[in-house]
Amino acid sequence: MEQAEDLSQYPLELTGKNVPMVRFKKVAKRYGSLTVLEHLDLDVAEGEMVTIIGPSGSGKTTVLRTLMTLERINEGVIYVDGKPLTHMEKDGKLVPASQKYLRAMRSKIGMCFQHFNLFPHMTALENCMEGPVHVLGIPRKQARERSEELLEMVGMADKRDQHPSRLSGGQQQRVAIARALAMRPKVMLFDEVTSALDPEVIGEVTNVIRRLVSDYNLTMLMVTHQMGFARDISDRVCFFYRGRIEEQAPPSELFGDPKSDRTRQFLSAVKEAV
Amino acid sequence: MADWDWDFTWEILPRLLAATVNTLLAAGIGYIIAMFLGLAFALAQRTPSNTLTMAVREAVEFIRSTPLVLQIFFVFYVGPEFGVVLSPWVAGMIAIGLHYAAYLSEVYRGGLENVPQGQWEAATSLNLSTARTYFRIIIPQALPPSIAGMGNYLVGIFKDTPVLSVIGVAELMQTANSIGSENYRYLEPYTMVGIIFLLISLPSAALLRSFDAWVRRKLGMN
Repeated sequence: MEQAEDLSQYPLELTGKNVPMVRFKKVAKRYGSLTVLEHLDLDVAEGEMVTIIGPSGSGKTTVLRTLMTLERINEGVIYVDGKPLTHMEKDGKLVPASQKYLRAMRSKIGMCFQHFNLFPHMTALENCMEGPVHVLGIPRKQARERSEELLEMVGMADKRDQHPSRLSGGQQQRVAIARALAMRPKVMLFDEVTSALDPEVIGEVTNVIRRLVSDYNLTMLMVTHQMGFARDISDRVCFFYRGRIEEQAPPSELFGDPKSDRTRQFLSAVKEAV
Repeated sequence: MADWDWDFTWEILPRLLAATVNTLLAAGIGYIIAMFLGLAFALAQRTPSNTLTMAVREAVEFIRSTPLVLQIFFVFYVGPEFGVVLSPWVAGMIAIGLHYAAYLSEVYRGGLENVPQGQWEAATSLNLSTARTYFRIIIPQALPPSIAGMGNYLVGIFKDTPVLSVIGVAELMQTANSIGSENYRYLEPYTMVGIIFLLISLPSAALLRSFDAWVRRKLGMN
């Protein structure tokens, strides 16, 4: 049996100046005896673009999945926008979040997946409208206009009435980005969004993400294997190794002058692969 | 060797056709019960409650491993010993509905498990409610691959309705038996029953195939 954690060490909410948009506080995630995240501390400021790189199995994707509440954490607390995400306040104490509380908090976060995960029985436009109409309760006409604008922004306006099976991988991923944005999240998560794409269409997706960085004040967390893109676009790059952050720095520093041997090894291995 | 008697055939045809209506009714009612009960069985096996999952799992296994005729006898003859007295029709519909619910629940279960995990995750990331996720996202995708199996069991339940004659439901088989024993002629009534079953089964199977194709097209799954 796992020993119950003393939650009183964590604040009920984050206050003061410079409250981060996302905070991982001593977060541990285990699958049986396998530890995926080992007491992770990570802050992401509002409007910041943080990229996570590292070898497979280092826990990169788990960071995003726990933040999207697709996986529960075993220890620690995640805060979003100053309030706890994985826990909630009850009688002045933190307790594990209820489904209802999770639903309320989850609305601040959007996610794009490696395999797009568009709903195959709906058109591009219907995919984008599903959440706004049925979760946010926005009137159909308004949701439609907003979804059309977003599809326009990702360059998919002319394909709005197509089902995903008629779209290329790059096109599907752009629709998926529009679908996530339609929920008006404060934090966007990109989980290896170009890994399943043919090389020649990667650019159309990265260009959309570049545009989000320049035009929107979104907080973004991205897991990627594309080092060049990470270098161009990130405010900060975190190198993950065995469930911990081995090194984090602005991209010019991390890629140009890595401090850790492990970071250096990883970067040179990646360079050879290309 | 008995010779085929056309006059006798025409004479008994109206009675057989009237009984056909009962057969179709029995198959239809039984199937509707099976469809809803089967979905309940399938969804019950996906709840977080382990006890419920195990109980339903065992019940489905039990029903699938015992003969339909035994289940019909059980509901009709053993029920009264516990104070549950049912008419042949009601007992028959309960038994055959339950029997096919067990089979349909397996079809649904396969269909539900077929939907990629990513669809659940996308629904969660869009914050869709559990009900909305099931009825708008998951079930529409689980259905098309299930339709072929569901169609097989629709034809199956139709062909199993003669078993209801054992408790005296006045369907096609029971009527043919009566005609036979009243007239000491079995060739014509049983042959006609066979032809009637054939005439309904064959087009139904074809119809179900085109329905399957239509649903897939409608949902953009091709």
